[in-house]
Amino acid sequence: MDPVLEAKGISKRFPGVLALDGVSLALHPGEVHALVGENGAGKSTLIKVFTGVYAPDGGELSFQGRPAAFGTPLEAQRAGISTIYQEVNLVPMMSVARNLLLGREPRGRLGVIDAAVMNGEAERILAGYGVETDVRRPLRTLGVGAQQMVALARAVSVDARVVIMDEPTSSLEPREVATLFEVIRRLRAAGIAVMYVSHRLDELYQVCDRVTVLRDGRVAHTGPLAGLERLTLISLMLGRELDEVRSRGLTSFTRRRAGAGTPEPGTERAPEPRMERAAEPGTERVAEPGMERVNGQAPVVEARGLTRRHVLRGVDVTVRPGEVVGLGGLLGAGRTETAKAIVGALPLDGGRVLVAGLPLRGGSTAAAIRAGVSLLPEDRKAEGIVPTLSVRENIALAALPALARAGVVSEARIDRVVEIFMRRLRIKAASPHQLVSELSGGNQQKVLLARWLAVRPKALLLDEPTRGIDVGAKAEVQALIDELAAEGLGVLLISSDLEELVEGADRILVLRDGAVAGELSGDEVTEEKIMATIAEQPPEQEQPPERGRPGEPSRQGARPQVGERSHE
Amino acid sequence: MSERAYRWARDYGVYAAVLVLLLFNVLFTPHFLDASNFRTQLVQVTPVVIVALGMALVIGTQGIDLSVGSVMSLAAALVVLYLGYGWLPALAVAVLGGAVVGAAGGALVAYVGVQPIVATLALLVGVRGLANVLVPQLVEFRNPDLIALGGSSVAGVPVIVLIAAALTLVVLFLVRRSTFGRQVVAIGGNRRAAELSGLPVKRVLLTVYVISGLLAALAGVLATARLQASDPTSLGLFIELSAITAVVVGGTPLSGGRIRVVSTVMGALLMQLLSATLIKHNLPQSWTQMVQAVIILAAVYATRERGRR
Repeated sequence: MDPVLEAKGISKRFPGVLALDGVSLALHPGEVHALVGENGAGKSTLIKVFTGVYAPDGGELSFQGRPAAFGTPLEAQRAGISTIYQEVNLVPMMSVARNLLLGREPRGRLGVIDAAVMNGEAERILAGYGVETDVRRPLRTLGVGAQQMVALARAVSVDARVVIMDEPTSSLEPREVATLFEVIRRLRAAGIAVMYVSHRLDELYQVCDRVTVLRDGRVAHTGPLAGLERLTLISLMLGRELDEVRSRGLTSFTRRRAGAGTPEPGTERAPEPRMERAAEPGTERVAEPGMERVNGQAPVVEARGLTRRHVLRGVDVTVRPGEVVGLGGLLGAGRTETAKAIVGALPLDGGRVLVAGLPLRGGSTAAAIRAGVSLLPEDRKAEGIVPTLSVRENIALAALPALARAGVVSEARIDRVVEIFMRRLRIKAASPHQLVSELSGGNQQKVLLARWLAVRPKALLLDEPTRGIDVGAKAEVQALIDELAAEGLGVLLISSDLEELVEGADRILVLRDGAVAGELSGDEVTEEKIMATIAEQPPEQEQPPERGRPGEPSRQGARPQVGERSHE
Repeated sequence: MSERAYRWARDYGVYAAVLVLLLFNVLFTPHFLDASNFRTQLVQVTPVVIVALGMALVIGTQGIDLSVGSVMSLAAALVVLYLGYGWLPALAVAVLGGAVVGAAGGALVAYVGVQPIVATLALLVGVRGLANVLVPQLVEFRNPDLIALGGSSVAGVPVIVLIAAALTLVVLFLVRRSTFGRQVVAIGGNRRAAELSGLPVKRVLLTVYVISGLLAALAGVLATARLQASDPTSLGLFIELSAITAVVVGGTPLSGGRIRVVSTVMGALLMQLLSATLIKHNLPQSWTQMVQAVIILAAVYATRERGRR
């Protein structure tokens, strides 16, 4: 059968990056096609090309056998390409029925909308999607899952030939996921092509026929999903050839993993969610002698049962002084969220954080910083630098209270601190007064590192510290991480670069779907092991994974696990 | 325009414009240099300067405060109501009233998450109404101290001009040297980054609006003192627009993250001089308005973010 939507050698360039580099992909009627890839792989750019948001710079797009050039998203939609985004893009204040039939409401005489007919039709359509509701209610009063179903119903009912779903399940309950899959299967049976974008592997294997893996703007693989091993799929996504993963020595981490990486028996985190712990007051222990002490060092950060609906399912993290703990996992596994939860930047449904043995008040980054934990955020531009301020002001920002007396800043003290860190981190700027937005990405990152080092933290959480910076700066940042750990700083290192993770970390926690899937230490810290842990098939394939409902123990907890600790 | 020329225009354009206008007037406007004329110009612009100082702080956080004119009228009402207790207690009550209105706006913005323009628009409407209820019509007063505050001079300089100058120095110090000022600018530049850096973002935002309300109330009291009458119905009408104009013409971007205090004062002076000049040369008020519009656009052009992000 001829493909309904086909991309041939599509390229798209943005200033400084080639986001898509000769991507070819064919979408056939009646297939569910998975599109996967890590951050920066080009998934969202490709979707935007398909839906008319971007015009490709090269290559051609054909739709139903004819060359297609969609100038606007509306044109693509009219042609029959519907997109369901993570955030529902309907009109929240209008009724469900109006949303469903927006633009093609049944009209009576004088062109007035016939509400009775409209509501009846809306009810009939929605019944097919497992949504039973009063269609006169405003859309926003529905749950997110039901809203998504309305969006899907709308998309399909406008004669879509292609439905693109971008992370459709990220805020759905398991029951809703099951309904969604049923709808997808119905679409497939009706000969509609579905492009399914997700990083939840279980879901892909449940519902998709074929898969295309994007990496660095190119197609790394395309083919049937059945028979493709999970491990192979992950290695394709992460760009690590299975037989090459042992190659070493390309990063700038030099420190040998020392004793800190060898935990005593019983230290391994059991991977199952622990939200029930937060609910039990009896489990509120500040320290567990013999369990959390390694080399006599009490942990500097101890997070217990971090839980947030749809995002984190009872994540435990322990970081000791002088230790680099890696946080691995695919995009969307909850790595960034774990780091944000620890510093109080993500509201939690359950769980607690201890810093140097003292409980941290939730929801306050200021409290976390005072206690000694800081986060270097992943998105340097949006959450890191203050572009209107100089290098100097950016470095001094977090440490201002310490560099001031009675609310008046001491310029001399700031100068001293700024000079120390600009020299130590080799920040290249014309002067400390240069605007930070004029520096290169690597130097901006160093400025942010300096900001945090200036507050003298006990632990530093680094979220993708070397992403998007040049090779030289990357090596310097990696060497610095080693150096800081050697000086006794506890480091939590998040990286999508497996090599960086393996060479930089003493111990690695692998996250999957918001829970710790395994902990690797000592000789287990290899790229192979990380991928294998990610690929490990969670049990109960047929059942969509339970996602953190506070106070409700997950079924997955029943899974036998090596080194599992008995529940209190 | 080259990068350097652009920067120069952004940083010093307003000073140059004031200088050019002064020069023009010295050469072509009769009696311009007379002390009385000069003094009148300064006295007239004082309320705008004081209000604009607070506005500059608010705009630095990416906010806006539309309530300042109504706060002035509330202060005018409060000061005559409490004048029986003496001018100082009356002044204190009026300024406190301004701070309370500022706190209300600031709380809506910082804690409830209402957009600044909406929160302060509500106050603009409501507070003027409150002031009119308190003092329904123009009330003249005879308190000699308050009248002296508005009318006396020290070494030839009107007291209210000295007060405005002192307030300028205070705000300049806040912005340049205090932790608070640095935090204000950082929040305006990147609120997420400020939050993740542990800055007390909500508290700082609240404080900024309180300061704006305080300054507006003070401007209201000074204007009332000069008028020798309390006129809540019309005092401070549209002053928010003059204040925003002064801030923008001074080179503080509406996108936040940068505050230029002295330039804001220069911006207010420029607009005042401009209208005075055009009037002296017998051009109608409508011409002044159109020229002002051109200057505002030029200023916004000069302070726009250039090709970043």
